Amino acid sequence: MEKKVIVYSTKTCPYCKLAKEFLKNNNIEFIDYDVGEDREKLEEMIKKSGQMGVPTIDIDGEIIVGFDKERLKQVLGI
Amino acid sequence: MKLYELIIIGAGPAGLTAGIYAARKKMDFIIITEDIGGMTKYSWDIENYLGYQFITGPELVEKFREHINEFNVEIREGQKVIEVLKDEENFKISTKTDTYFTKTIIIATGRRPKELNVKGEKEFRNKGITYCATCDAPLFRDKIVGVIGGGNSGLDAVLQLSRIAKKIYLIEIKDHLTGDFFVINKIKKIDKVEIFTNTKVVEIYGDKFVQGIKIIKNNEIIELKVDGLFVEIGSIPNSEIIDFVEKNQYNEIIVDCKNRTSHKGVFAAGDVTNVFAKQIIVACGEGAKAAISSFEYLKYL
Ligand SMILES: Cc1cc2nc3c(=O)[nH]c(=O)nc-3n(C[C@H](O)[C@H](O)[C@H](O)COP(=O)(O)OP(=O)(O)OC[C@H]3O[C@@H](n4cnc5c(N)ncnc54)[C@H](O)[C@@H]3O)c2cc1C
Repeated sequence: MEKKVIVYSTKTCPYCKLAKEFLKNNNIEFIDYDVGEDREKLEEMIKKSGQMGVPTIDIDGEIIVGFDKERLKQVLGI
Repeated sequence: MKLYELIIIGAGPAGLTAGIYAARKKMDFIIITEDIGGMTKYSWDIENYLGYQFITGPELVEKFREHINEFNVEIREGQKVIEVLKDEENFKISTKTDTYFTKTIIIATGRRPKELNVKGEKEFRNKGITYCATCDAPLFRDKIVGVIGGGNSGLDAVLQLSRIAKKIYLIEIKDHLTGDFFVINKIKKIDKVEIFTNTKVVEIYGDKFVQGIKIIKNNEIIELKVDGLFVEIGSIPNSEIIDFVEKNQYNEIIVDCKNRTSHKGVFAAGDVTNVFAKQIIVACGEGAKAAISSFEYLKYL
């Protein structure tokens, strides 16, 4: 089954851009929230991850902070 | 075990330019790097790189990436070099998972932000404390923030935050702000910016997230409530991976005008060295020189 992937990001953060590109290049669908604009989603991200760094990526409840390619690969099984 | 002619460590402007020169000279080489783009990714507005009147850091890095991809360069991305050792005439480079052997090296590992080294800093990293204003400023909409450091990057952070945050404290340890005069004047005109000079941060406190800082001014401890803290107090070279080349008092690798270090076969380029002017265009030029230098060196080996 496809995993549900959520990316919490800001427009200006280079690692967010890289993380999203990585997902796209691997044909992984994801929902992208701009937490610089969306206050509610920012709160949600903080609640889930206990921190404020972006990107924060939620893969079926598994939280990855930062663009950690190896962990992404592992969790996504690619 | 394969022995390369050259291994370039780092893929910022210095390492990537070195890569393009090495590729055009058909050298047998790879690039090992944690990321592509290095510090350039974090520059927001670049207005002094020839050929672009204006470009953002992430966009320029995309251009770099396109350019290097024109050549068949093997880039081992996401690998951090832990140690460089001598291996008789050659060198041994270790990452967490792999070991490589090479005849020459170009160290182009750049710099990283300096930390404050005060109580609470480790605890609240990413929990209100950030070292990248470009990345994290948008998270502090209508919040109270502190910016530590009155040099150009600190001022830059204040400018970015002035469009976002509710209130900004700018804290500088010296008796005056050290950034560009023009920018200082701009910042002094912004109402919501309060400037503290001669002021030292001694503690960052909070609960789950940063709630405030303690600063000392005129021997008096003052508490400021802040939701976020941007640390912009300069940078240090990523030069720890090698201990057999000469470095200066700032730990920068000393190079000559051909980018040679004190050890034969080891070259260095860009912000990690004692080069004058830590700028993208300079780092590119240094990377080019280092690659040509390595090529020449191998020819006469
Ligand atoms: C906020 C900001 C704004 C700036 N604005 C400008 C500007 O407008 N104009 C300008 O010219 N310059 C600007 N600069 C400076 C410019 O970014 C640097 O001078 C330039 O990036 C230096 O290039 P470099 O290749 O030497 O190092 P870096 O760009 O720092 O690249 C270092 C590379 O080495 C890699 N690396 C580090 N350690 C290791 C390791 N142990 N193992 C493997 N890889 C490693 C990194 O991942 C990275 O790829 C700015 C810098 C900052 C921080």
